[in-house]
Amino acid sequence: MRTTAEPPIRPACRIQQMPPSGIRKFFDLVSQMDDVVTLGVGEPDFVTPWSIREAAIYATEHGATRYTSNYGLLELRRELSRFLEKRWGLEYDPATEILITVGVSEAVDLAMRAILEPGDEVLVPEPCFVSYKPCVELAGGVPVPVACHADRAFHISVEDLQAATSSRTKALIFNYPNNPTGASLTKRELEGIAEFAMRHNLVVLSDEIYDRLTYDMPHTCFATLPGMIDRTVLLNGFSKAYAMTGWRVGYAAAPAPIVEAMCKIHQYTIMCVSNVPQHAAVEALRNGDSEVNLMVDSYNHRRRLIVKGLNRIGLPCHMPEGAFYAFPSIKHTGMTSEEFCEKLLKEEKVAVVPGNAFGESGEGYVRCSYAASVQSITEALDRMARFLDRHAADTTAEEAA
Amino acid sequence: MIDVLRILEKDARTSPATIADMTGRTEEEVAEIIAKCEREGIIRTYKTVVDWDKLKEERVFAFIDVKVMPARDVGFDDVALRIHRFPEVHSLYLVSGEYDLRVVVEGKSLKEVASFVHQKLATVDRVVGTATHFLLKKYKEDGVIFTEVPVDERLAVTP
Repeated sequence: MRTTAEPPIRPACRIQQMPPSGIRKFFDLVSQMDDVVTLGVGEPDFVTPWSIREAAIYATEHGATRYTSNYGLLELRRELSRFLEKRWGLEYDPATEILITVGVSEAVDLAMRAILEPGDEVLVPEPCFVSYKPCVELAGGVPVPVACHADRAFHISVEDLQAATSSRTKALIFNYPNNPTGASLTKRELEGIAEFAMRHNLVVLSDEIYDRLTYDMPHTCFATLPGMIDRTVLLNGFSKAYAMTGWRVGYAAAPAPIVEAMCKIHQYTIMCVSNVPQHAAVEALRNGDSEVNLMVDSYNHRRRLIVKGLNRIGLPCHMPEGAFYAFPSIKHTGMTSEEFCEKLLKEEKVAVVPGNAFGESGEGYVRCSYAASVQSITEALDRMARFLDRHAADTTAEEAA
Repeated sequence: MIDVLRILEKDARTSPATIADMTGRTEEEVAEIIAKCEREGIIRTYKTVVDWDKLKEERVFAFIDVKVMPARDVGFDDVALRIHRFPEVHSLYLVSGEYDLRVVVEGKSLKEVASFVHQKLATVDRVVGTATHFLLKKYKEDGVIFTEVPVDERLAVTP
């Protein structure tokens, strides 16, 4: 039985002041409705390949039920070290330079807390994943947003990074291929960023969780660029490539002192990642490749389908180079991103995510995930076309009046 | 061509317009590829995978392994060609191992299938033995899992 209407305990001010994720707000709205066709999902529409699930069952049967090393299962770190060697020619010592984390999300938090002194600034190119700025703030740092623009297809510009740099700039965090824009970066562009990082002695947090989902161009791992292995915290995981979001397994690969510092925080807060999912991840690395390729082909078909469709119905959209998101402009509708998404949801029961949830420069855009069936995508496009027609009529009527 | 076929293999109802968007080809190009594949017999047919157990309709399937005495010059082909013309024969394969042909037979009842085997199949020239296995339950057919209807359990909006 509660004794007072208002509980006498309160969350800390700095948490109260932190804005909730724009996605959360929209999620609450969507979850009150039935029969929504959703392009709002930021995770694969595949279930984890069976061989991986089966390996987890086997591990469970054989008693993989205890703590693992704080760093993560040694077998997994060894497998990862081999994988990074084979895929990128990068040498990471499995004993000291790789940490298994609860998804990339935990790794971002750990890395920020491990490297930032109070007041250190972190460059955050936007639009970007929702957690970067809050993680910087929680670690006592100051996020400095750097807008990426549609006229460059949302590619990062070194000039803009340069303009946002100060004597307090400690790090740069970015994600390519990018959630929400789908933009990736060419080797040449990355070289420009590497040179910039070198010039300002920055730590680079390179979130490459979508690296396997790259189309039309090869992915370049940031740590492979000259000198970058010494200043990069490479962040990656199993969620997107192997459709393993719910298993929560990611990793950070970085110079030993950084990994050691991250592990120090990790051991006090998390202890270790769940044991069984780590065994599943081992199987993913050993035998998951052919399934990944099938999924990539399937995303690629749907990427073309949705981009073609969005442009046809009058929502200008660049061709995303990776991930599974299209990021069309809705500026000509005269609505804000949030208005557009709310009206579209209420009138046509289609869920897309307002671009401003990913930073101010995402205003005027919406994120459409094509990790949805071909039927859902075509149905959503039909409904969006109807919606646009109706509202185009509104604006013409207004103009006439 | 293979990209178009892969899409159709998964869902034969995907329209040429949708396939065009998915592959970056024009609709005309896709229609041309499909027509060519149909003409050349690369596309054999379009069909629907039905779970008949969900209906009252009684259907009996059996796998019949057939041992055949091979003949000079023709091997097993002439026997296979005799067998595959029976409308009861759903599929027919030449296989390695103890038996030579694997026949999938479809009928309305156990009795019907059994009498087809005794009267028609076993009596074909050079057939020296059969072993009949009745199908009891379908778990998966043509890549489609029958035991569960897939549901999208993802949250409607996630970061």
